[in-house]
Amino acid sequence: MAVITVRGLTRTFTLKSGPVHAVRGLDLTVADGEILGFLGPNGAGKTTTLRMLTTLLPPSGGEAEVAGHDLLADPAGVRRRIGYVAQSGGLDPACPVREELVTQGRLHRLSPADARERAAELAADLGLTEFLDRPTGALSGGWRRRVEIALGLVNRPAVLFLDEPTTGLDPGGRAELWDLVRRVRADHGTTVFLTTHYLDEAETLSDRIVVVDAGAVAAEGTPADLKARYGGPTLQDAFLAITGRAPVAV
Amino acid sequence: MPTLLTDTGVVFGRCLRSTLRSKTSLLFGMLQPLLFLGLFGPLLTRLDLGSSGSSWQLFVPGVLVQLALLGGSYVGLGLLMERHTGVIDRMRATPVHPAALLLGRTLRDVVQLVVQSVLLVLLGVVLGLRAPVAGVLLGLALVAVLAAALSALSYGLAMQVRTTPEFAALANTAVMPLMLLSGLLLPMTLAPGWLDGASRVVPFRYTVDAVRQVFLGHYATGTVAVGAAVTVALAALCLWASTRLFRS
Repeated sequence: MAVITVRGLTRTFTLKSGPVHAVRGLDLTVADGEILGFLGPNGAGKTTTLRMLTTLLPPSGGEAEVAGHDLLADPAGVRRRIGYVAQSGGLDPACPVREELVTQGRLHRLSPADARERAAELAADLGLTEFLDRPTGALSGGWRRRVEIALGLVNRPAVLFLDEPTTGLDPGGRAELWDLVRRVRADHGTTVFLTTHYLDEAETLSDRIVVVDAGAVAAEGTPADLKARYGGPTLQDAFLAITGRAPVAV
Repeated sequence: MPTLLTDTGVVFGRCLRSTLRSKTSLLFGMLQPLLFLGLFGPLLTRLDLGSSGSSWQLFVPGVLVQLALLGGSYVGLGLLMERHTGVIDRMRATPVHPAALLLGRTLRDVVQLVVQSVLLVLLGVVLGLRAPVAGVLLGLALVAVLAAALSALSYGLAMQVRTTPEFAALANTAVMPLMLLSGLLLPMTLAPGWLDGASRVVPFRYTVDAVRQVFLGHYATGTVAVGAAVTVALAALCLWASTRLFRS
């Protein structure tokens, strides 16, 4: 069953130099419990698509349903059912971990007692208990990322949107985060929508990959499908064959 | 409406705790008005300012509005930082009422301003201010409403611009002429006709004039009524316009 359905989604930005069509008629389906890798070169429309699906940016056209709620008619319903972890993080460096988690729970309309309980539960689940009273700015990059993912999970989302989740992490931190994402899906059946420019990350984590280019879907399939179809031993070769460009860092 | 109130309370609590963690900013926010009060106010005590009452009854209201203007105009810098670090988007992607993201922050600013204003009034009393308690309370209420307007305006601006230098340039360009034209330091009745006329387009002038009147114990006057109406209307307009910018 599809948990995300996108039909003809568009987004045009009006700049002084003229209109920029960031997303042009995007069609997409994400199955319940799937980990979807959303790849594309710089300017392909990855972040714009993610911002539209998380209700942060209104589409210029098209329609989408996320976790059973219409994106345009019921954005508040979408927000109740998703978790969003931005590339820039979203943490106040002076704020203790516990306070961030409890406040996030309250923003999701949990009672104060339930929000405190959920914070403790998530901290235990993600190994954050010993850091609960530390300011987030005092944590290493990998632990801060864990806190950010915990914030995205506060409301037990049906879909977790991760925007470039391992940017800036060392190889050990990246591997730990991949394990965490797999565990979130395995334990809770959470669908994960992942944008990344790391092809190894997409290949390791994703059940299926969607490659976007110039604001539309250029190719989709399992990592093995894409490699077979686009004639390359690695996903990098397939990506180059699809887009003609390498997935450089954003 | 209950949801909006609850959400506003949650955002207010988060912002207030953040403010309490950075005590130095509380003090430095008051520094300039404190210096004006302590180092400029005494210069006026022997001058004829064209009004009944003491110079302190004219000057302290100006310093209170100055505190609101200087404090309120720059709160957007903090929001801009929260935008850049992803805090605002993280909150906007939750079911929280969009208006609560503005109202909670604005309420924190108002509470902070009222605390600072009370301290300034107490210092004014030490320096020689004598004003009726009811007048002081009414004056603080007007200044609080003005602070809400300015904070909302500053947050609205911060949601529109991309960079800190862009915000600072706009805020700096606006604040200085507004401060001079609103008659914060001296009543505009002392100004030449053209300057007095120019100051009438600045809404803060009406707030300052009204606060000065109530500090003198004059409540049922046209100046107070106009000042209150302009201040409330400005706050309503700024809150309405800025709330729209927090929605997607």
